[in-house]
Amino acid sequence: MTMDRRDFLKTTGMGLSSLMVIPGIKSKSSSGNNEDSFGILYDATACIGCRECENACKDRRGLTPQGEADLNADTWTIVKLYQNQEENSDYSFIKRNCMHCVDPACVSACPVGAMQKTAEGPVIYDETICIGCRYCMAACPFDVPKYEWDEVFPRVQKCDFCADRLRDGEIPACVAACKVGAIKFGKRSDLLAEAHQRIQDNPERYINYVYGEKEVGGTSVMYISKVPFEKLGLPVLSSSSLPSLTWPWMKAVPGVAVVVASLMTFLYWITGRKMKIESVKVEE
Amino acid sequence: MATTLPKKNTQPIGAGTIGMAFFALLGLILVVYRWTVGLGATTALTDARGWGIWISFDVLCGIALAAGAFSIAGIVYVLHLKEFYPILRPTVLTGFLGYALAAFAIMVDLGFPQRIYYMIFNWNVHSPLFEVGWCVMIYATVLALEISPIVFERFNMKAPLKIIRSITIPLVILGIVLSTMHQSSLGTLFVLMPHRVHPLWYSGILPILFFVSAIAAGLGMVIVESTLTGFGLNHKTDTKLLGKVAKIIPFVLGLYLVLKLGDLFISGDGAYIFSSGNLSFLFWAEVLINIIIPMVLLSIPSVRRKPMQMFAAALLVVVGLLMNRFNISLVAFSAGAYMPSWLELFVTIGMIAIGALVFTLAARYLAVFSHTTEEKTKSSISDGSLKEAVSSNPSNK
Repeated sequence: MTMDRRDFLKTTGMGLSSLMVIPGIKSKSSSGNNEDSFGILYDATACIGCRECENACKDRRGLTPQGEADLNADTWTIVKLYQNQEENSDYSFIKRNCMHCVDPACVSACPVGAMQKTAEGPVIYDETICIGCRYCMAACPFDVPKYEWDEVFPRVQKCDFCADRLRDGEIPACVAACKVGAIKFGKRSDLLAEAHQRIQDNPERYINYVYGEKEVGGTSVMYISKVPFEKLGLPVLSSSSLPSLTWPWMKAVPGVAVVVASLMTFLYWITGRKMKIESVKVEE
Repeated sequence: MATTLPKKNTQPIGAGTIGMAFFALLGLILVVYRWTVGLGATTALTDARGWGIWISFDVLCGIALAAGAFSIAGIVYVLHLKEFYPILRPTVLTGFLGYALAAFAIMVDLGFPQRIYYMIFNWNVHSPLFEVGWCVMIYATVLALEISPIVFERFNMKAPLKIIRSITIPLVILGIVLSTMHQSSLGTLFVLMPHRVHPLWYSGILPILFFVSAIAAGLGMVIVESTLTGFGLNHKTDTKLLGKVAKIIPFVLGLYLVLKLGDLFISGDGAYIFSSGNLSFLFWAEVLINIIIPMVLLSIPSVRRKPMQMFAAALLVVVGLLMNRFNISLVAFSAGAYMPSWLELFVTIGMIAIGALVFTLAARYLAVFSHTTEEKTKSSISDGSLKEAVSSNPSNK
């Protein structure tokens, strides 16, 4: 990366000004819960496991499907099968991919801001500034970001919600590929209402829970199913967003620094003064 | 060391030093290899387990054990307790080496090591790692400046010495501020991951627990390393002074214990202390053997008068910190199965060897231990006199 003096001053200035608008940054991150942002609703009871969505996802990036068993750096979405060993009728498919959290842990974790939540809904990754610390991978409660381990300079890889297609007014490739309507794209708030409506209309077909409505503060990708979500391999998570756990500590840092600096200066002054007084007394 | 005290301070370059040099060199060669072929080919890390021993040991433990530097610097300069001065230099040197090696380990672990400076331009004030990165960069510089007089003295450079002395107090205070910030932010790193860290170790006050435990272990490290160098470098350890350091530790450990157990029971996770199998066992080992026992031992005046007993108790504190950081980031950290590759192990061993080697060489040629400072500034060692001292040494061995 080359950077002349002007660029340096500009970025430093931007960095400094971003420090001054910390409250602004915070309100921005909570406005990720923007009612107009997009989401995806996956209905596990409608999915037939044809894996066309996987193929479309790979097609878009010029890759050929290899029959993967799990998400990896090249496989951004995957349809898995849950089956009860004792009772064959008790089964369900589940399509896994990035959940595009409303307040994502990866975005808060990344030291250089390579992960960003856009106003439209996607959580996107900037491979040109990633330093490769892999904190995003540890921080993700869904184990979504994957790494190009075989590369000398590996990138983090995950579903980007087809952010480029959304910008062009298209819908995500996996949604477009689904022939049975198991994946629906739309405004997150509309999809949430629809999910509850579907459960209410067919209470015997679904368990009464929309996964992703509240998990870690809500996710843009949501699931409804007849099989409990733990069985489908989805983690049980609290409803508070993960960044809301760390932000109070991070916010306190500048204040703590000022308090510690003042306290130490005071201690230096008071102990020094005490010693001076004592030495004067000894001389007398 | 100083030629005026041949019996006390000179020692030939022994098998220990050569061994350290070997492992240091091996480690460096493996690092170059890792940078050439990538992480996948050299480490046991996987998508399910992205952080291994380089993060757990080199970074988390390395930085925590270097906390003695800001504690002792604060005691000497801020609290004006000059009697602690003799242990200041070795402690600050250890601190500097700890931070330099932690920064180096991060470079080895990063997927894009050449982009490490991107943190200067791309800010994310929400990220605990961003803050740790900045603090480590600045604090490593502060420690380098704090320890620089040993080099300036050696070459009799008066002007830079004068400058450093004039800014010592602000540097020390800056060091304390930075340490408070990043020692605790290393804990904040794990506050983000309640889904990974087992409830016995996860806590909403991890930043405070990390800060307090780093102070206890940093002070423990001062005793451990002073005793070890006392053997290895034939310099006399000041048991009375180390006893004073040891006296502080039970208070810090006591505070840590109250915070840790208090938080565990207030949060309602206390039930796990018996119900988590091996993890419960590890928890008890940490609390009983590495907190309560050294706390009791170091409270006993007679223990603090006997160097070996004091050393053993301090070692328990240091081991306790290693266990704690390993438990939080590796053992009680829910992620994929992991056993470090031999390359990962030898890189870590290499890092320790580099630290020990630089410390030994600095202690040999520079005025690290202040009782030699005076002689040092008066007479400088020429290569000839060193050889002479070395060859005359075996007789008194």
